[in-house]
Amino acid sequence: MKLTINGEKKEVASESMTVTELLANQGVEMPDMVSVQINGDFLERETFDSRAVRDGDEIDFLYFMGGGSRE
Amino acid sequence: MNMWKSVYEKIIEHSQNDMPLEACGYLGGQNATVVEAYCLTNIDKSGEHFSFDPKEQFDAVRAMRTKNQRAVAVYHSHPQTPARPSQEDIRLALDPEMIYVIVSLAAAKPEVRAFKIVKNEVFEEPLDIIDG
Repeated sequence: MKLTINGEKKEVASESMTVTELLANQGVEMPDMVSVQINGDFLERETFDSRAVRDGDEIDFLYFMGGGSRE
Repeated sequence: MNMWKSVYEKIIEHSQNDMPLEACGYLGGQNATVVEAYCLTNIDKSGEHFSFDPKEQFDAVRAMRTKNQRAVAVYHSHPQTPARPSQEDIRLALDPEMIYVIVSLAAAKPEVRAFKIVKNEVFEEPLDIIDG
């Protein structure tokens, strides 16, 4: 399956894969802390386990960015 | 890490303009040099905490790609406290590849320092301000 992941064209061996499986495949250790867009649309985190990625999809994922001066 | 002087000045200006709230954003780099600041919205609207606006975050990363930049660092301000990572900064430093830049406005003269945070350990990164 050919995908564009974070702007890079990649080929994954599997022809069927959920977003959760793709994140694991890409070495994401904390999938609960990433936001995902598929073809420019945000994906609800609750659907990561069920949403299948499809050949040709453009998938972007980014870690949550936050922090602050509060101790 | 090298940072263009124009970027250094921009993140200080952003931090001062957003007082008393924390300011935040991405720093786009080419090779080991930060060449552009992407000022983002702190959706927490807090003087003690920040979170990127997710849509702006994705838009900024895409903009960097079109300019052959990559997100080499994240910056945020500490309006009242020193330029060192707080426990909250350390807890939420999820990306070990990222450099975390902190702009402190606690003293009369702003202070800017950079850090890597890997598995809750903090390592200061040398920060050189260069012409650009």
